[in-house]
This record gives sequence, structure tokens and C-alpha cells, in this order.
Amino acid sequence: MQDTPDIADRRDAVCVIGAGASGLATIKNLREHGFAVDCYERETSVGGAWNWRHDRSPVYAATHLISSRPVTEFPDFPMPDSWPDYPHHSQVLSYLERYAKHFGLVEQIWFGTEVVSAVPVGDGRWDVTTRSTGGGASRGQRYAAGIAANGHNWSPAKPEIPGEFRGELIHSAQYKDPAQLRNRKVLVIGGGNTGCDIAVEAAQQATTVWHSTRRGYWYAPKYVLGRPADQVNDRLLRWRLPLRLRQWLYRRTLAMTTGDLTRFGVPVPDHRPYESHPIVNSQLPYYLGHGRIRPVPDVTRFADGKVELSDGRRIDPDLVITATGYVPRFEFLAPELLDTEPDGRPDLHLHAFARKHPTLAVVGLLQPDAGLLPLAHWQSVAVARWLRLRHEDPVRAAAVQQKESARPIRSWSRRRVLPTRRHWFEVDHLDYLRTLVSLLREMEPAQ
Amino acid sequence: MSDELVRFADWISPVPPVEREVVSRLVEGQSEQPPLLFVAGPGLGAWAFAERWLGHAASRGFPSYALTPRDHGDLRAHVHDVVQVAASLPRQAVLIGHGTGALVVTQALGRYPAKGAVLAAPVLSTWGTIGTALRTNPFGTIPAVFGGRLRLNRRQLFSAALPVEEADRYLARMTSERPLRPPRKTMAPRTRLAPSKRLAPRIRPVGDPPVLVIGSPDDRVVSRKSLEKAATSYGGAPLLFPGMGHDLMLDAGWAEPIDAILDWLTKELSATSQ
Repeated sequence: MQDTPDIADRRDAVCVIGAGASGLATIKNLREHGFAVDCYERETSVGGAWNWRHDRSPVYAATHLISSRPVTEFPDFPMPDSWPDYPHHSQVLSYLERYAKHFGLVEQIWFGTEVVSAVPVGDGRWDVTTRSTGGGASRGQRYAAGIAANGHNWSPAKPEIPGEFRGELIHSAQYKDPAQLRNRKVLVIGGGNTGCDIAVEAAQQATTVWHSTRRGYWYAPKYVLGRPADQVNDRLLRWRLPLRLRQWLYRRTLAMTTGDLTRFGVPVPDHRPYESHPIVNSQLPYYLGHGRIRPVPDVTRFADGKVELSDGRRIDPDLVITATGYVPRFEFLAPELLDTEPDGRPDLHLHAFARKHPTLAVVGLLQPDAGLLPLAHWQSVAVARWLRLRHEDPVRAAAVQQKESARPIRSWSRRRVLPTRRHWFEVDHLDYLRTLVSLLREMEPAQ
Repeated sequence: MSDELVRFADWISPVPPVEREVVSRLVEGQSEQPPLLFVAGPGLGAWAFAERWLGHAASRGFPSYALTPRDHGDLRAHVHDVVQVAASLPRQAVLIGHGTGALVVTQALGRYPAKGAVLAAPVLSTWGTIGTALRTNPFGTIPAVFGGRLRLNRRQLFSAALPVEEADRYLARMTSERPLRPPRKTMAPRTRLAPSKRLAPRIRPVGDPPVLVIGSPDDRVVSRKSLEKAATSYGGAPLLFPGMGHDLMLDAGWAEPIDAILDWLTKELSATSQ
């Protein structure tokens, strides 16, 4: 670092928390807008969730992108076009490492340092207390703004299943390698992308595989009509096909390929296509059809060391993996700063801007129906442009704030999805980007 | 703005990848200077920069790379290649385009936050160039007006100071190509809105890099007026090298423009670094 760490007041510098994909984009875009940046990262390397070496990384050996490369890469730093349509997690990590090196971001990051607290001190400034991850004394510094990019896929949401289980019970965060499944009887709980991935791997490794889901889902294939499915979906969006027609096409496409999965015992979806986060897995129907994955209903309790299902059946797995997702956590911020509701859901404008604190924002807290990186990139551009405008033209900034604060959620997130925790931050990538377009226009720097 | 964020073309039909030829002259040890990526227009290849400029820039401490444009392919494909190569370099690169390569660079600047950019004898508008070229070489130019191949002759590309044998050797290596056209589908709505003489819409560079325009008042392909227009649109004035032909990197006196580029870069980059 070029600045002496002793000076507590970092003046116009901005504090970024986390050096994963969202944090890196935030550092880069803040610097492009002329801000000095200090980024704090509790691990000793970049990549966040995508760095399998990190304690909190949720990736497992076979993790590949769910969305295809062109809709997932940063808009100003493409992945190599020689890479596959769906790169492996190690490729995503090397991509993020190259991004950090290319734009000289590593120099702005304090590794092995975690943020203990960030407290507003009036006039929009923040006192940030940090501490070395290994322990030791804490240090306080004052910043002009604080941007949390600490990720939301690291704190496991573990279901409470009453009773005692005789076998091994783990959350998918602890699932790393297919060897954990080999020659065992495995129950996978959860119908999300992770649950389906692990069920498929178990189908290749385990002796018996049960896959428990609470409801039926629409399982999209990774390819349709010879192209990655999300690219075909974007074509439909470009043609501005109405939702109902897209839903009909979705059903038709599935009917013509895998067909109705209820014949394998999978429950009927209780929602229409596009009304839940996309679950993309071409292999799940395949292994259902081969009898390698046995669909089962919800788990109600453990009894006599076994697993009891909601239909009263009892099964006897050696290993239960709960692929039940993650909860967002911001331990370093008092809940009211993010208008956090009692259930833990922060209420932020565009899932990014704190409503009562104009110099506090969160980047990357989204669940889009496409890759996250482009959205996180443009979010951080909007944050940087907002902070710049606030700095240079407080009058215009106040006008923007007034206009934006009046916007109801419905105006930028029209997507109808199941009202579950899974969908707290669900956005339609196109609607979201178009909303950012109008916000960026309002904050256009004066020529 | 909307096109910057909502990129249907890239999402729906990504540019098909090709093997790209990149020639480099690197610097021993750790270089303080950013890498330079030279971009030629169709007809020329990386060789044209490798001849003189690459080695010279490397000797002044700039790791230098040159990209040969892909055969065929529209403007979008060429922009894609430049951004791909730039993003593959170890550090944020300076893009230096020549001729139609400069047009490609102006578009690539909207897709990649370059450290800086240089447009050398840029071919940015139809009439600014074809008009000039028509006057000096009507027979080589007329087919290009109708979308055919463009043929440039020795008088347009080089000054009289370049020995004829050398000029002929270079000419023999050049291929005649159709001028680059923007892909109809993606650009159509804009051209309809603003029927300008530009070959492609003016795109705002991301990251606000410094941009330099250089050229020769005696260039028989790009007029002085269009050099000035190009420089004005980036908020500057062109750096002129009288007496030189269109192909600044091969013509006699090639050292002068590249030295001026490197001096400018050194000055600009020291001004922006904190």
C-alpha cells in the first residue's frame, strides 16, 4: 500500500469489503471514477466464493457455471473465447485472478484482514474497524463511503430436522468431492442447482440416491436448439415475446425433449415456468430415467436413526446432504443500517443502495436469471457514479436521491416468483439492467 | 447507453472464435510501462508493425504486441478480436490502431477500458477517406465504394523518400480486402436514426482513457480534415508528420511517429498515475 496505515482518516477513500468477483469489480470501477480504495479481504487471496481454497467457498469439485460464458463474463473484460460454453469453477477463479492483476487491483487489497464493524459517524462518513484474521489488535479508519461485497453464498441455511440421525449429516457447503459419495446410500435434500448437481454426481458414485424436494420444479436443459439455453432465452426476450408465450414455449420445449418428469415420481411444479430461480440441469432427467435417482418428498424428521418422509415412508441413507442454500449475513453492520427485516432480509433500493445511508451500498446481492458478474459490474458503476455525483454536484445528487427513493420495488422488479427465501433477491436480468440504464443516465457526468 | 448494458448481440450470437495471430516484442524483466497492442486494418497484418515499430517500442520499455485481423468477418468480429487479445495481456493495455484498424480500436474502446489509445491515420468516415483516395487512385478505390475490394498504391501509402524496392516489397505482402462494414443487424437502428458518413457510431470509451490522433497532412488516403475531425471528437488536435504517406509504420521516417506516441504516452500516464 502506498499510504501509511497509521493515518486513521482516509478522507475521500472508499472502503470495499470483500475481494470476490463483486468486490474486484467495485474496486476497479471506483478507481476508474477517481476514488482511492481500500479493500479488506479476510482470506489471503482474491476470488471469494470461486476460490475453492477459501474456508467459505461453496464450490465442489465438479462446479461449472450454470449460465453460459457470454452472459456471465464482465462486460469490459471477456473470458477467453476458446473456453467452453460453461467453464469450470477453476477457470472462473483464474479469470478473476487475471482481472485483478490486469487492472492492478491487488495493490488496493488488505488480505487476511476482516472488517469487524462499520459505523456511520455523520456527514456520510464511516468508521471501519478491521482486524487481522489471525487475531491481534483491531484498527480503526475513517472512510467517505462503505461498499459491502461480502457475498451471500457462504453462510449455510441449515434446515431444522427434528430427531436423531444415525448416519452423517452435512450441508452442501461441506460437500467438496465425489469421493464423499462413493458406495454410500445418499439422500440429497433440495431441488436447487446445487442439490441437482450433487444428486447427479451421487447417481454416478453412490449405491442408492434419493433426491428430496419440497415441490416440483422446472428443470431446464443446458442446451436447446443447438445453443446454450440462456442464449436462446435471451433471443426470445429480444423478440419481446410476452411472458405467457415464453412460458408456453418453455413447456413445449420440455415436452419435446425430456417430457413430463412426473412419470418418474417427481412432483408437479406448483408454479409456472420462469416463476422460480432457473434450475439448469440436463443430467437430472437422464438419471431419473435410469432409475439412479429416486425422487422423494420432503423430510419431516429423523426417527430411529432413519429418515422419515412426509408420505410416512422411512429411508435409511448413510449420508444426508442438505443443499438448502445460504443466508445473507452482514455481521459488521447493525441490521437497521440495511433496513433488515426481522427475518434477516435487507431492504435496499435496487438490492444495492441503503435507503437511509447514501454512502452505504451492497454490490452483488442479486439472484439474476443470468450471470451475476455483468449485473454486479453495472451496480458498482452506478455506485461509483453516485458517489462521484454526490461529491461534485450535491444539488443534482439530492434530486436523483429524491426521485429514486420514491421508486417502489414493483417498478424495477416485475418478475413474479415464489415467495420464498430463495427468491429474496431474484431479478430479471433484463429488467434490472434497463433500470440501471435509467439510473446511470440520471447521473451522467456533466460534459 | 442501453446498448452498453443490454448486449443482445453478444449474448445471443457470440462472435465465432478463430485462431488469432499475435506477434510480440517483449521487454526483459519487469516492465513499468503498460503493454501496447497494435491493430492493423484488413489488408495489413501484424508484420507491418513487427517490421519497425514493435521492436522500437520494446527497446523503449513497452512490451509490444500486434494483432493480424481475421480473414473476413465484420467490424463486430474485429472488435471482438481486439478486446479478446487486450484482455489476455498481463496488464491494462494501450490500443494503437492504424487505418481501418483505428476504426476497430474506437469501437473496442467501448468494450474494454484501455489505458490509452492512439488512432494513427484513422479511417473513420466513408467520404473523408474514399474522397481523398478517389482523387489519387480512382481505379483502386471505385470498387470499394460499392462494397468491393480496396486497392491502394505506392503513392498513397508511402512517401517518395522510401526506396521503391522496399515499398514494393511491402505492397507485395498486402492483401486487398473489402472495407470493413458494421454488421447490418446490430447497427441498423442507429444508422437509421442518424444517417451520418461515419463507418460506425461514435462510441464513448469506457474508463475515459486519453486518446491521441496522429497522421500526415500528405496522407493520400485520409485527409487532413478528417484527421482534425477525429481528433476533435476526442477533445484534442492531431499530431501531424508532414511528408509521410498513409502507412506511417513502414514509411521512411517511421521512427518519428512512434517516438511521438511513446513520448505522449509517457507524459499522459505519469499524469494519471497517483
